[in-house]
Amino acid sequence: MAVKPKVPKGVPYPDELSKIDYKPPQKGWMDTLVEFKPGTYCYGATIKNIKALESPNQREWSSKDKDWKLPENWREIFLEGMEDRLRKYRSFRLFMDICVRCGACADKCHFFIGSGDPKNMPILRAELLRSVYRKYFTAGGKYLGRIAGARELTYDVLKELWYYAYQCTECRRCSAFCPYGIDTAEVTIIVRELLYNLGLITDWIAGPVVNCYRSGNHLGILPHTLKDTLDTFAADIKTITGIKVEPTINRKGAEILFVGPSGDFFADPGTFTCMGELMIFHELGLDYTWSSLASEGGNFGFFTSNEWAKRLHYKIYAEAKRLKVKWILGGECGHMWRLINQYLDTWWGPTDFLEEPVSPITGTKFENAKSTKMVHICEFTADLIRHGKLKLDPSRNDHLKVTFHDSCNTSRAMGFLEEPRYIIKNVCNNFYEMPPNTIREQTFCCGSGSGLNAGENMELRMRGGFPRANAVRYVHEKYGVNMLANICAIDRAALPALMDYWVPGVGVTGTHEMVANALVMKGEKERTIDMRGEPLLGKEAKGDV
Amino acid sequence: MPKWSYKGKEYEIDEEGYLQDWQEWEEGMAPELAGQDEITLDEKHWEIIKWLREYFIKFQIAPPIKMLVKEMGKRFGPEKANTKYLYELFPGGPAKQACRYAGLPKPTGCV
Repeated sequence: MAVKPKVPKGVPYPDELSKIDYKPPQKGWMDTLVEFKPGTYCYGATIKNIKALESPNQREWSSKDKDWKLPENWREIFLEGMEDRLRKYRSFRLFMDICVRCGACADKCHFFIGSGDPKNMPILRAELLRSVYRKYFTAGGKYLGRIAGARELTYDVLKELWYYAYQCTECRRCSAFCPYGIDTAEVTIIVRELLYNLGLITDWIAGPVVNCYRSGNHLGILPHTLKDTLDTFAADIKTITGIKVEPTINRKGAEILFVGPSGDFFADPGTFTCMGELMIFHELGLDYTWSSLASEGGNFGFFTSNEWAKRLHYKIYAEAKRLKVKWILGGECGHMWRLINQYLDTWWGPTDFLEEPVSPITGTKFENAKSTKMVHICEFTADLIRHGKLKLDPSRNDHLKVTFHDSCNTSRAMGFLEEPRYIIKNVCNNFYEMPPNTIREQTFCCGSGSGLNAGENMELRMRGGFPRANAVRYVHEKYGVNMLANICAIDRAALPALMDYWVPGVGVTGTHEMVANALVMKGEKERTIDMRGEPLLGKEAKGDV
Repeated sequence: MPKWSYKGKEYEIDEEGYLQDWQEWEEGMAPELAGQDEITLDEKHWEIIKWLREYFIKFQIAPPIKMLVKEMGKRFGPEKANTKYLYELFPGGPAKQACRYAGLPKPTGCV
């Protein structure tokens, strides 16, 4: 029997939403004013959060209002910020100058595919800012104006920049197709930063940044809450396996610091992945610790401004230093890995106070982490499997037919493609790939990354996730796939709603949840349930069968 | 900042109707906030709301659903220890709806 889709409040039904109109508007793009459609944008930040984020322009405002109560000199503030960044980042100036409008990126964006709005073509989204750049920073644009593709920065243009900067998940799929390698995400990042200067932040991003700055993670989990959470996980693990795991927090002198996304402490199915990690570490007897201050791999500061990204990021390394660990192991987190691999060294220089990571179990030297001193848990686990250090029974995942969603950041920002697949193929017997142009470095975004996973923009999220869901639907119908694996916490938060809407009947799992199902632990009791407490195949209670 | 008026006093709420200061909450507010979603609170709802408050006061965050389910089982028996039961009471999601009636902020981040 077909499962009915779950439709979030205010979102049209899937058969309605999938009728996408790709016909561009009658008028040219400069003459088509931005229209704020409910369900496609986020709420503005509360004044409390704007203050905590130290935005230079603090006031109450609402993204729903016509009047954003901007300071009188808002245009100067915006343009000064732009000038400053053009001077500071050669990449930014280059990206403003070199686009030849070939259009290779135009149909690569999930938001364009899902909405049909031409301003969601990456080329045009960037053009929204490029036109302002030409007007104020190039001679041609200054004198020739519109003929040279330049336009004034008006109130409407500012709103348009805001609207579309928050309809980009910074996934960089378009960049993978750009013959010039223009990183459109960097353009979005700059636009968001310029808007931050004006206090125009969304609350869904501001809240986590404030929490993280205060308590070390996006959710605002305090040390004793973290302890209680891990204890609860340990109790569940005891029920499932009969084994008592004893994780430690803030333990000085441990060999390894483990940092994962805080979403995994809080919401299913992330919690099962966190439990899986606890089980593997226990089984290995790993000398590791959690930190209550670096209790977050994610960094919503990255969606706010460079300064905030830098500030929040360093807590991981500050804690590694304080706890005197040798190196850092990182969990199934998405944009954390982009920051580690592409920003860390330029922000903070080489991490010379830690040691080059070596697996204490296999002796493998992680050469790729020589500079960052941080190893991805999938590299770590894949290495264990390769050396035969984990006893695995993949038949325990026989109730699953699995496909793998490459997270944008791990695939495109670190070329991390084989390790998760290697793990999955070793822990389950039924694995099917989605079509090649929707995976690996061409992976489609979940539609909710870069701080867009709020509740008020559900229509946008369902539209943005449409191409990903479509590819899942293909393997669901062809092979009966019923589980979508991933290695990112935003995926685990966003994909369940996306599947329920577009491909009901497909669940979502972190990769280490499946490892935990398959992991045969020393002295464990006979497993009858999986990590979710569901009966394993062939182990259903009599009478249920 | 939107305001919500209760017993002649104005309270700050966010755009989704969450009370901004959880300490301003009082029991009489819950039925009114639930009324906005056309939900009439009975004893079963209150069991949850009260425990959410208890948990929040101790931990400064709303509990994960997993814990809510466990706690309900511990306190009121296995028939109340499942998410289906919670969704029947709070169709908009126990985390979102029950927290709003309990005057607690909604969780944020990768959730």
